[in-house]
Amino acid sequence: MLTKRIVPCLDIKNGRTVKGVNFVDLRDAGDPVVLAKQYADLGADELVFLDIAATLENRKTMHDMVLKVAEQVNIPFTVGGGISSIEDVDNLLHCGADKVSINSSAVKRPELINELSEKFGSQCVVVAIDAKEVDGEWLVHLAGGTIPTELNLFDWAKEVEQRGAGEILFTSMNHDGTKAGFANEALAKLSDLVNIPIIASGGAGTIQHFVDTFKDGKADAALAASVFHFGEIPILELKEELRIKGIPVRL
Amino acid sequence: MKLSIVNYGAGNIKSIQFAFQRLGYEAILTDNPEEIKTSDKVIFPGVGEASSAMIKLQQSGLDQLIPTLKQPVLGICLGMQLMCKHSEEGDTKGLGIFDVNVKQFSNQVKVPQMGWNTISNLKSDLFKGIKEKEHMYLVHSYYAEQCEASIATSDYELEYASALENGNFYGVQFHPEKSSKAGEQLLKNFIEL
Repeated sequence: MLTKRIVPCLDIKNGRTVKGVNFVDLRDAGDPVVLAKQYADLGADELVFLDIAATLENRKTMHDMVLKVAEQVNIPFTVGGGISSIEDVDNLLHCGADKVSINSSAVKRPELINELSEKFGSQCVVVAIDAKEVDGEWLVHLAGGTIPTELNLFDWAKEVEQRGAGEILFTSMNHDGTKAGFANEALAKLSDLVNIPIIASGGAGTIQHFVDTFKDGKADAALAASVFHFGEIPILELKEELRIKGIPVRL
Repeated sequence: MKLSIVNYGAGNIKSIQFAFQRLGYEAILTDNPEEIKTSDKVIFPGVGEASSAMIKLQQSGLDQLIPTLKQPVLGICLGMQLMCKHSEEGDTKGLGIFDVNVKQFSNQVKVPQMGWNTISNLKSDLFKGIKEKEHMYLVHSYYAEQCEASIATSDYELEYASALENGNFYGVQFHPEKSSKAGEQLLKNFIEL
């Protein structure tokens, strides 16, 4: 049986993890490669690296990091942040990334999704969607949720699927950082609407939130950052609890 | 030990090279028939679309070479699918090493299947030290049907063959290079065949 995935997300700036990480005794908690290995050993199913600076100057640093992660980590990983061309993706895949995630660049030029999936295959194209519920309507936002668009979340999700996305990473800006649970209603609606996997993001605070997003939100994977980085939720404990609740996980 | 990875421009082969490196083996990427023929073990990778991958193989003549190899050959993901008789993806004629057809999952399930699934009914030295219902990482929209050559099965919409064996030829639908310790064990087993 296909299992539900637990996905820690690491924010990267100039080749270093940004938010403090404090979940185990690490020599260098700022080194994404050390952290990635640790997460792989602790039972994470997949990793996401988000380049939050994503300037031209530090692109080379990002490539070096990706290469080192690919060299040392034996689980799949996705790289996102500042990716806007076929060349960007080609470089990252050549460095050993399994998937790339695109966000604003797909909204600005939706054809990019077609181009990437035709050239590299849908399996490596993740479209990240940040959306906020405003007056009862879910609107896609850009630049980390700061710039609203007129795009409806569900229309956009359907479109990215049709254009060849292999997966959708949906972050609810209403829930992100609240630690009050995932946007399960919108997630379930998305999951029924499209026929590609959905990664739930934004709102993880307790183990029960993960149970809920897999059951009520029908998510295929759940992504979180700080609850993992600060050891608030140990991944093994989380997966054991999920299994007890009847959710298939890899243990 | 001379280990080569068939390089025909299909997908992320660096990960496979790194996985062997972690096990202490250097694998070379090559499309040179002589190099491939004189290797002790051959990896036939593949990610992407079947018909265009097959065209690339044909252009380099590798479609003729691979079925004649005598040493252990391991097809991974699309590599395994191309070793079958036929694939529904792009109506592609395969190398015919495994007597089985490759079909598409229906829209009753999410496609691609993406993530960790269990493998069962293991019957090959390839799975030495790997337990029944171990998890492996998969990303695919097409699957090989249950058949005589099956040496592992998985369930997604239906029971299908997630690994195949015929003589010196082996194929796995999952990505051992991305499947944590169990995947490493499988690659180690392949090297030790």
